[in-house]
Amino acid sequence: MRNPQLNARGELTHLLTLEGLPIDVIRNILDTAAQFVSIGEREVKKVPLLRGNAVFNLFFENSTRTRTTFEIAAKRLSADVINLNIGVSSTNKGETLLDTIDNLVAMDADVFVVRHAQSGAPHLIAQHLAQVGRSHVHVVNAGDGRHAHPTQGLLDLYTIRHYKKDFHGLTVAIVGDVLHSRVARSLIHGLTTLGTSEVRVIGPRTLLPTAAETLGVRVYHDMREGLRGCDAIVMLRLQNERMNGTLLPSAAEYFKHYGLTQEKLALARPDAIVMHPGPMNRGVEIDSPVADGERSVILPQVTFGIAVRMAVMSIVAGAR
Amino acid sequence: MPVANDLPDAEATLEVLVERMRGAVAHDAAFVGIYSGGAWLAERLPALIPGDHPVGFIDVSFYRDDYSSKGLKGTGRRTSIPFDVNGATIVLVDDVLYTGRSVRAAINELFDFGRPGRIELAVLVDRGGRELPIEPTYCGARLTVAQGLSIELSRDGDRLALAVERAR
Repeated sequence: MRNPQLNARGELTHLLTLEGLPIDVIRNILDTAAQFVSIGEREVKKVPLLRGNAVFNLFFENSTRTRTTFEIAAKRLSADVINLNIGVSSTNKGETLLDTIDNLVAMDADVFVVRHAQSGAPHLIAQHLAQVGRSHVHVVNAGDGRHAHPTQGLLDLYTIRHYKKDFHGLTVAIVGDVLHSRVARSLIHGLTTLGTSEVRVIGPRTLLPTAAETLGVRVYHDMREGLRGCDAIVMLRLQNERMNGTLLPSAAEYFKHYGLTQEKLALARPDAIVMHPGPMNRGVEIDSPVADGERSVILPQVTFGIAVRMAVMSIVAGAR
Repeated sequence: MPVANDLPDAEATLEVLVERMRGAVAHDAAFVGIYSGGAWLAERLPALIPGDHPVGFIDVSFYRDDYSSKGLKGTGRRTSIPFDVNGATIVLVDDVLYTGRSVRAAINELFDFGRPGRIELAVLVDRGGRELPIEPTYCGARLTVAQGLSIELSRDGDRLALAVERAR
């Protein structure tokens, strides 16, 4: 079976997940993003690539940062951007997901950026578009359930490559709630495809997937042990609803064991970078001196995220 | 794969181009090379042409007119214009001038940096076949090449060489 993200010529036509994406496709996205980073440094931060294209931001789940960066990215590509806050629109009136899509296609949508609480929703939309003969419409997954968040994974990869140049010889640790994190899953697939020497996941047993090793990672429950020798540390957000549930005793207890402090950071390599997909919980998964410290690349991640999303949208919209 | 060997020597052609530019190019003109061949030439020109010449580079990937039919091919190369474009005299530099479409794209991109005072065009080789009203200000050699063939500039160390290849 053909990878549903690629067209017959092997070009990326939808971005649904980094799992199983060929290394050349990932490298091409990162290389193209590098070109777009320089656009952000110009006075006129716009290129004419997607002039006349309509990008629909379909956010069935709330997100400010991701939606905003997709919107900025599409605007810098000269596309027309339409933001739909679906939570308060037709689905409340009973319209099905695919009916919504058909209606938006009838409005001449070229790209759908989809965030959905259900894993697989973007895949379902891509499949549907092919079935109704609309495969010239492209889907970009902006986060689906616990499944994948490929553009976040790509911007993390971009950030690591920017500071560390090469994935060979690198040790990258992902710390926190890996079990519920689509960010972690996407990043792990990307890191292993690009040949990262060692990927570690660090967290309490209750927040790590069982048999995490099958993803090609080393599992640590002791953060101090896991951070030793790391080149990059990716802190995950602890969702509010997990802080006082059955999985953890309390946020303070979590911080004690898995919060990144200066003292724990000192165990990693002296030039290790600290990343976080945001929004951060200061004093829960990360201590303020670390978040604001010189090893933190959390804000550059946001800037790179725009370039990465420009690259993804312009690559998929250009596929025939 | 080369299919003809009657091409002029690239280094000798560059000498001809430089001879034509010397004295004609403004003392403070900036040289902006179009990747990749034009960039190699633009790097060399300041040492060969008297004056104070800033150098920039353009990758026209985002300004091409064939995006809707061919899609985007990322190159990883960044446009870099390290001088103020407003009012500047700019010599765009390319290796082979053919349809004129890359030059059109490069001019459009330059205008996103400001309003140049004047733009000129220097090419190593003009092979004819224009599809736009664009002509070089300075040209090293004019050649006639059949359609379906492309002239490629390559660089080995510092030495430039021309070859004919079947167009991809």
